[in-house]
Amino acid sequence: MSERLDRFGSVETPLVDIRGLTVSFDGVKVLHGIDLSIAAGEAVGLVGESGCGKSVTWLAALGLLPKKASITGSVRLDSTELIEAKPDVLDKVRGGRIAMIFQDPASALNPVIRLGKQVGEALALHRGLSGGAVKAEAKRLFDLVGIPDAARRLDAFPHELSGGQNQRVMIAMALAGQPDLLVADEPTTALDATIQAQILELLGDIRRETGMALVLISHDLGVISQTCDRVCVMYAGRIIETAEAVELFQQPLHPYTQGLIAALPPLEGVRRRLDPIEGNVPEPWNLPPGCAFAPRCPRHSEACDAGVPPLAMKAQGRFAACIKTAQAQSARTSEFVFA
Amino acid sequence: MSAPLLQVRNVARYYSMRRGLLGRPVDVRAVDGVSLTVERGKTLGVVGESGSGKSTTGRLALGLEKPDAGDVLFQGSALPALGTAEWRKVRARMQMIYQDPLGALDRRLSILEQVREPYDVHGIGAAKERDALAVKLLQSVGLRADQGERYPHELSGGQRQRAVIARALATKPDLLVCDEPVSALDVSIQAQVINLLVDIQQELGLGLLFISHDLKVIRQVSHRVAVMYLGRIVEEGEADLLLSTPAHPYTEALVSAAPVPGRRARPRIVLQGDPPNPAARPSGCAFHPRCHAARERCKVESPALLPLPDGRLTACHVAHDQANFLKAAS
Repeated sequence: MSERLDRFGSVETPLVDIRGLTVSFDGVKVLHGIDLSIAAGEAVGLVGESGCGKSVTWLAALGLLPKKASITGSVRLDSTELIEAKPDVLDKVRGGRIAMIFQDPASALNPVIRLGKQVGEALALHRGLSGGAVKAEAKRLFDLVGIPDAARRLDAFPHELSGGQNQRVMIAMALAGQPDLLVADEPTTALDATIQAQILELLGDIRRETGMALVLISHDLGVISQTCDRVCVMYAGRIIETAEAVELFQQPLHPYTQGLIAALPPLEGVRRRLDPIEGNVPEPWNLPPGCAFAPRCPRHSEACDAGVPPLAMKAQGRFAACIKTAQAQSARTSEFVFA
Repeated sequence: MSAPLLQVRNVARYYSMRRGLLGRPVDVRAVDGVSLTVERGKTLGVVGESGSGKSTTGRLALGLEKPDAGDVLFQGSALPALGTAEWRKVRARMQMIYQDPLGALDRRLSILEQVREPYDVHGIGAAKERDALAVKLLQSVGLRADQGERYPHELSGGQRQRAVIARALATKPDLLVCDEPVSALDVSIQAQVINLLVDIQQELGLGLLFISHDLKVIRQVSHRVAVMYLGRIVEEGEADLLLSTPAHPYTEALVSAAPVPGRRARPRIVLQGDPPNPAARPSGCAFHPRCHAARERCKVESPALLPLPDGRLTACHVAHDQANFLKAAS
């Protein structure tokens, strides 16, 4: 167990501790044992391509998956177990301790209820406010997330605001319960580039002000890199690499992470032909026998098919699930990464 | 020198929009005086945020919409009227690729049948040879013959987009208009499709009009780039020049806002405010309410798209004043 705690470099008692979390739909396993702890105040990025399980991890943790999903493992918030917790426990956690925002704010908001009332609902539920206090607090939250003319916007309907402003409303609503952790699932994917920059900036400011932890789920390595302290890269239902953000992007260890970064067109410097990762992500019901990335991996060998590689320490604070990635004393001085 | 492949000259497209049930109809200028040129074998990237009119520009270029002003020339001659036999003939030489390949494919036809369809419609090749032609086409975009037997839902997103590209190539077009062709794809697949488009262009000498909101993708494929804001081009020029040293404050903000992994420390220009509503266009320069360099003049006088000494076009009073100042100083 102590090894695990070292692995994630986190403090003795993490805020959220996920252990061996698996999820299956109709007997098909889509999440193969996720171990992840989030320390208080930390910003962790989950990155991966569609279907890798980055959203399912948190939907499962918060009991938001449909009944047909079967979940095993443990998700602990402080000392409370969330998997198979009673509804009244979850009701207090969701929105109160852990809030979640989604990609499309327009469909997450109720179109026929005024914004102030929707935010007020969260305030009444999680903070026990009523009457004038609700309105005053809602206005304060709207100001906090930078909605101009907040007092008037409380009476607006979602369709009267732009996508970026609606996402601010969602963030205000998530902050209503003063959560310890905000899980943001692709919060800027539906937004324009300049608005995305605004929202990322806002999330950073709020984190600095409130000391809230942030889990940012995104397919966009750039967004993750700008926002998070620590990054977990997921592939086919597993975490395959985790490291500090700066180190991960400077020296990715896992061939999949290397491939993802090489596949991104650069914004400056010489234009070169892109190095795509050949092939496709395997279907969850048709996974290869060993490492799920092996069929697409440039460093693939027979040993890779023998078994699923464990997420092992490769250097101080660096973990990768790859048997072809050598151990090193320090990732900074090693030469093996771009082999 | 023969005429450029595609010339879009000062086109405009207005939509009438009513605010509420009883509101007065307002003219929304989706595209407002845009001129572009696409050369053979070259790519013009069009970048902008939602509502900037980049997709409408693409549709105008293909003649899918009739411009309210201006005209479109394909190889030097005006596009024939929509729906005529002449138009169909020209349209076979200009094709479009959309963002969502599943929406662009018929779910009830196999991939091969769909790729074969253009041959049937335009009467290319003998009926018996068309299947073989279609298979060849599939192979040229990296699909296997047996994948042609499958239906769209049985393929992955990247494979579907390959099928759409194959179908677009069936009539041997000279021009491809790609509207966010890789935006719906995962990073690793996105790179495959970008490489495919670049290869095809080199092989067939296609002109590409490549529309995207993603600057990194635009830079990768484009020779020239046009930046659109609220229905107008605000900056246009050689791709590397434009993106490495943007002259227009909007381009500068876009470049700065583009998330690049590992460049965290870089100061970002975060624009305040939302992209403006095309129905309520700000006076003067449409960008001035969000612009950090805006002056009094920008609020009243709309800047013209004029060349700077380095050859690019920019519609910005401040950039031109600076260039003039430098010229006077030297």
